[in-house]
Amino acid sequence: MKRQLSNVRRAATVALAAGVLLLAGCVAPPKAYDYAAFSESKPASLLVLPPLNDSPDIKATPSVWAHATLPLSEAGYYVLPVALVDETFRQNGVTTAVDAQQLPPQKLREVFGADAALYLHVKNYGTRYAVISSETRVEVEGRILDLRTGSLLWEGKAAASSAEQQQQNQGLIGLLVIALVNQIVGTATDAAYNYAGIADNRLLAAPRFNGVLPGPRSPFFGQPPVASSR
Amino acid sequence: MKLGYKIAFGCTVTLLITACAKPPRPPLYLWDTFPRQQYDTLLRPDAGPDNAQITLLQAQAEKARAQGADLPPGFRAHLGMLQLTTGNVDEARSLWTAEKLAFPESTMYMDQLLKRLDAPADKTAKAL
Repeated sequence: MKRQLSNVRRAATVALAAGVLLLAGCVAPPKAYDYAAFSESKPASLLVLPPLNDSPDIKATPSVWAHATLPLSEAGYYVLPVALVDETFRQNGVTTAVDAQQLPPQKLREVFGADAALYLHVKNYGTRYAVISSETRVEVEGRILDLRTGSLLWEGKAAASSAEQQQQNQGLIGLLVIALVNQIVGTATDAAYNYAGIADNRLLAAPRFNGVLPGPRSPFFGQPPVASSR
Repeated sequence: MKLGYKIAFGCTVTLLITACAKPPRPPLYLWDTFPRQQYDTLLRPDAGPDNAQITLLQAQAEKARAQGADLPPGFRAHLGMLQLTTGNVDEARSLWTAEKLAFPESTMYMDQLLKRLDAPADKTAKAL
């Protein structure tokens, strides 16, 4: 009888250990980004190109574009003024984001003098209205290319949604941005503008795990990348 | 025993407070409404002179000066562009030069813009 019990216990222990291992396997942190090219390139100035837009809202491009300046500047980079960049593009007959993002890196370097360029792609932008609850959602992907060599330095993606719980960590960071920019109260049609700010901040603020490395004007410049997402 | 509890409680509270009160890093720049103004300009690229925005940004520059805060990258260059749309070439030139001084990283781009400003005959020449 006693022996049987200990067998049961042993089995339970093994099962428990297996369970713990399985769970640990599930929560394994995402792979750390390889910053070799980024660390070597050390860009100081960034040209943010007009974002490609998959959403039906034409305001997605200017909104996500304008919001990129703050997180990248606070991350320690010189960010070329986006409205002036837009003016330069249009004066040269480049009127769409697709055309701008297809220009050769050397050409962009020649005209704007930036060390690297940020290529943004808006995957989702706007409010989906539903009977029970409507959701405002912004999803952005970004890649940073060295304009001197054409090589890829970093890529990532981020999203922000009105359906999120505010007590989440990332929500707090987003709220900080809103506090920082002295938001103008948006109309219903402008709701996505604020979420674009949060999405851009999650994508581009530094230092963050697997995020953009801090630039030369940041107090965190040159420090090793953030080791984990916690 | 009771005192021990009190001390332990006090320590815990102190720890909690110090953990929470870690001050957030102050921003590098005074942003105010600058991102919003950039958005507005991007929305209406051919709207012509925007005196309202010029007044707003000049007030922000004044505020930064009073606080000893730094203006964000591109702020002076953006304001210079707005000044140019009102025909104020000298103001544009001085703001683009100020951008170079504040952010030497902008030198190549600002020099391109200044070159176009000083050689209006070349206006048809395309850079891209």
